[in-house]
Amino acid sequence: MTTSLIAEGTTAHASLAPRHDFPLLAEQPALRYLDSAATSQKPQVVLDALTGFYATANANPHRGAYALSAAATDAYHAARATIARFLGAADPETLVFTRGTTEAMNLVANAWGAAHVQAGDEIVVTALEHHANFIPWQQLAKRTGATFRIVELTADQRIDLDHLASLLSSRTRVVAITHVSNAVGAITPVHEVVRLVRAHTNALLVLDGAQGAPHLPVAFDTLGVDFYAFSGHKMLGPMGIGGVIGTRARWAECQPWQFGGDMIEWVHDQDSTWNVLPYRFEAGTPNAADAVGLAAGVQYLAALDMAAVRAHELALLDYAHARLADVEGLHIFGPPPAERSGVLSFALADVHPHDLATILDEHGVCIRAGHHCAQPLMRRLGVSATARASLYVYTDARDIDALVDALVHARRIFGATS
Amino acid sequence: MSDLQELYQSVILDHNRSPRNFGPLDGATGTADGKNPLCGDQVSVAVRLEGDRLDAVRFTGSGCAISKASASLMTAAVQGKTREEVESLFHRFHALVTGTLPPAEMTKEQLGQLIVFSGVSRYPIRVKCASLAWHTLRAALADDATTSAMPVTTE
Repeated sequence: MTTSLIAEGTTAHASLAPRHDFPLLAEQPALRYLDSAATSQKPQVVLDALTGFYATANANPHRGAYALSAAATDAYHAARATIARFLGAADPETLVFTRGTTEAMNLVANAWGAAHVQAGDEIVVTALEHHANFIPWQQLAKRTGATFRIVELTADQRIDLDHLASLLSSRTRVVAITHVSNAVGAITPVHEVVRLVRAHTNALLVLDGAQGAPHLPVAFDTLGVDFYAFSGHKMLGPMGIGGVIGTRARWAECQPWQFGGDMIEWVHDQDSTWNVLPYRFEAGTPNAADAVGLAAGVQYLAALDMAAVRAHELALLDYAHARLADVEGLHIFGPPPAERSGVLSFALADVHPHDLATILDEHGVCIRAGHHCAQPLMRRLGVSATARASLYVYTDARDIDALVDALVHARRIFGATS
Repeated sequence: MSDLQELYQSVILDHNRSPRNFGPLDGATGTADGKNPLCGDQVSVAVRLEGDRLDAVRFTGSGCAISKASASLMTAAVQGKTREEVESLFHRFHALVTGTLPPAEMTKEQLGQLIVFSGVSRYPIRVKCASLAWHTLRAALADDATTSAMPVTTE
């Protein structure tokens, strides 16, 4: 089966983006990096944008009345516009920068949740959520006395839409759902979720796009959700930058949640007034350099074309499934590839994921072993951890082949029984 | 022997597959729970002391091969020893897995079967797997019936 795939020369064998665009991968040709769901590698254009900002435009944005500060401000605004356009938001000022998805979810839970959720209300999340889209809502429910409800999953770890529908009512104030599961890769049917939530509730609908934005085309303006959060470092950008896009109407319902420089209009002795969107929610010196770096990253992705990114990952997933079928005792979690992002979350017979990760590392194969910050999901799978290989634009068939060889070796070491 | 072969020696694989002294302990005089929060490994160790001597020790829990084999081989190694002997063996074991044991002391006479963990020192991120059960044992020995021991972590 493997041989025939190679003979046919499927496009799955090449990477979508040249490996030599990524300095770390170019420097380590033997490295098989399969942990992009944790963080992506960075292309040279992103590193150049970062150093370019510091070398040519470094000043505090929005502060100085001098040309250099204006250059920094312009670069920061241009980055916002580029990233908003990439995510399909026509109005760049509805994009608020944060450190990443975690801070974005805490922002929404505090800035909107604290003012609008009270005892008797209900907050709905799913059992697929990353802790970043679970704990902020769990703790908001605890603080306010709201009821915290968890949508259960189908046997192949997709969101059970019937169960979701059964939990929705006029009491539902927030529905917070992942776009793509980080742990098993299941893609949420967003249009179906939006239809259900809008039909049964007036709830705030928040999508965790940390694993969606890097891997799927996203058009915020037609998505129909209220907020969409994302992390830059998973989509070729630097660590420490991400954001959340919201509708103007929902932003208007939010209260500032962090206070300080930049976010104010006027500070009186006993009270203050606030700057406009998006600055109202960006207290302190903005992370302009990383925003500029991320803008370069999304331009790189846009040039690849996000539909092509998805097609590339799907082809590699199919290739991986064909090859992994030869590995006895391997169980892959999650739905079939057509409903899954570029994530292979698996168990190999009775070999513990951490032992797998050590053996694979010896083969130069980097995977994640652990609970993937999704302990509610691990409990439902009845495991403490899974092994996860995840793909991206620079992944090619050699990475998959090395994974398969290493798994066969692991099986031999452990003489595993399936 | 490659690093990987030294790490996953047959004794370790055997104790992973069939852990010794696994299960609850009747008449325990002390217990403690240990966790590695980052990886989810957990182990509970129960001891029964007779005077100063460790009359029986058993464990339960789940984790990787290194952590399970370490707990299993530890229970076999410390059975019948005094607190002081356990403490001294712990320090020797810890030095072994962190790579600080002088080569002269790296002998079967000094370490008994625990010598199979000699490969761990080349995998610094796995040291916590090997040492979790030992930290938990020490907490169980410090435990008495009136106070419940603090949860142990190796982080």
